[in-house]
Amino acid sequence: MPAITLNNITKTYNKKTVLAVDDVSFSVEKGEIFGLIGPDGAGKSSIFRMLTTLLLPDTGSATVGGFDVVKDFKAIRGILGYMPGRFSLYQDLTVEENLHFFAMVFNTSIEENYNLIKDIYIQIEPFKDRRAGKLSGGMKQKLALCCALIHKPEVLFLDEPTTGVDVVSRREFWDMLKRLKEQGITILVSTSYMDEATLCDRIGLILNGKVLSIASPEDTIKAYPEQLHAVKSDSIYHLLLDLRAYPGTINCYTFGEYLHLSINTNEQEVRKYLQDKGHTNIEFKAIKPTVEDCFIRLLKQQNERNSNKDK
Amino acid sequence: MNETVIKTNKLTKRFDDFVAVDAITFEVHKGEIFGFLGANGAGKTTAMRMLCCLSKPTSGEATVAGLNVYDKPDEIKKNIGYMSQKFSLYEDLSVKENIEFYGGIYGLTNKQIKNKSKELIEKLGLLNEADKLVSSLPLGWKQKLSFSVAIVHQPKIVFLDEPTGGVDPSMRRQFWDLIYDAAEKGITIFVTTHYLDEAEYCNRVSIMVDGRIEALDSPAGLRKTYSAATMDEVFYKLARQAKRTE
Repeated sequence: MPAITLNNITKTYNKKTVLAVDDVSFSVEKGEIFGLIGPDGAGKSSIFRMLTTLLLPDTGSATVGGFDVVKDFKAIRGILGYMPGRFSLYQDLTVEENLHFFAMVFNTSIEENYNLIKDIYIQIEPFKDRRAGKLSGGMKQKLALCCALIHKPEVLFLDEPTTGVDVVSRREFWDMLKRLKEQGITILVSTSYMDEATLCDRIGLILNGKVLSIASPEDTIKAYPEQLHAVKSDSIYHLLLDLRAYPGTINCYTFGEYLHLSINTNEQEVRKYLQDKGHTNIEFKAIKPTVEDCFIRLLKQQNERNSNKDK
Repeated sequence: MNETVIKTNKLTKRFDDFVAVDAITFEVHKGEIFGFLGANGAGKTTAMRMLCCLSKPTSGEATVAGLNVYDKPDEIKKNIGYMSQKFSLYEDLSVKENIEFYGGIYGLTNKQIKNKSKELIEKLGLLNEADKLVSSLPLGWKQKLSFSVAIVHQPKIVFLDEPTGGVDPSMRRQFWDLIYDAAEKGITIFVTTHYLDEAEYCNRVSIMVDGRIEALDSPAGLRKTYSAATMDEVFYKLARQAKRTE
């Protein structure tokens, strides 16, 4: 039995004028880390809130741990841990008081499940008497995770847990998620950092309330339709402007120190065009796409479809 | 050499016995895109606040747009723009009203405001949204508008505090198009980010660790010095040495 299922879930707001989640179906297996990847406003948080029984779907059904999100909401609340996108602990309580409070609400104690949070809590324990509102971003995130875990949930919902967090803390955070997975906890996590997608077992790319693709990160990358190239020259900004104006360009955008380019011509043609434009030290190589490239590709397709509709 | 628009000498900020910013010395040149990186709690925001004259240094020197931060805070504020995710736009005002409001605050004439507002709305492709409340716009659009408003008065320098947090990859790149465009026009960009691919888009990058600037060079230079393939690795090598967690 999957840990999470969604069947044709739809959610609208504002008297059905805003379509937030559009007929979404997928399931998450027990012990899986499933990543919901998409921009702000894609519908990720709405999905999280329906699965955590905080919001009712308009139509469709969903289960968590085999329980129905509408009928069995009380049972679900006992088995889930939820870390919302916005920091939602009690700012005026100390670190320890917050943790104690959450343990109490779930009829347990810090001691009972200390094992599960030990690795994380140890890092914030020196500040246990500090008020939660006075913690740095990385520490707030660790405390929120401890509070979501203190009752040993079966399913963990993490809504953009690493937004605004630096690379070092993000890596630590994902190491923690791997350890939780080893303990059999199912994790549904959303993120806007595409590099984190590769750390998930499977990812769903979501846009405008619709899930556009569900696959493992490797299969998502394999599905990329064209050969992708990395290009650079001495003046990267002018290279970008020139390549965007080049008729053979399908897509061109910045990507770290290179531009990523897909074309319907060939390398010689592009090099000739760029030399004519006066570019020097041109580097051009075929590369394997990343999840971020796949996402940009899907966004582009979607935009083209929308603008065709407008015409 | 290029004109220097920011210059600090042992700039320091203490909170009681905690040294948030520890004697940082650096220069930023006109028209440069300068990436100001560091882990959470490394002292980036405190340093930036001193440069924007929102916080007084404990010791050391700093000039911004050629003006001393101790004597000329008001003049400095006229020469800079500032944008962060937290403080950006008035959600209950329309797109147009926000532009007009900031134009007014920055002392533009009515005629300038009118022209600027038309120009910006066209440039950002917001013709259909001009009269809509900012609260109804997607985050990416807000951030683009917010940046445009921060440079509405043609400042010498614009400070961007994590401008692209939580924004989708396509929108992040559109945002950087605006940054490049502003830099081409001679506005100096001082930007913090947690997306290290964006560090590559900067001319030079500094990395703060525990209140000090541990490294400062072009992205290519940093990758070479730290024998790293990506900026991500450079950052990781430096930032994990951090002693303080707060």
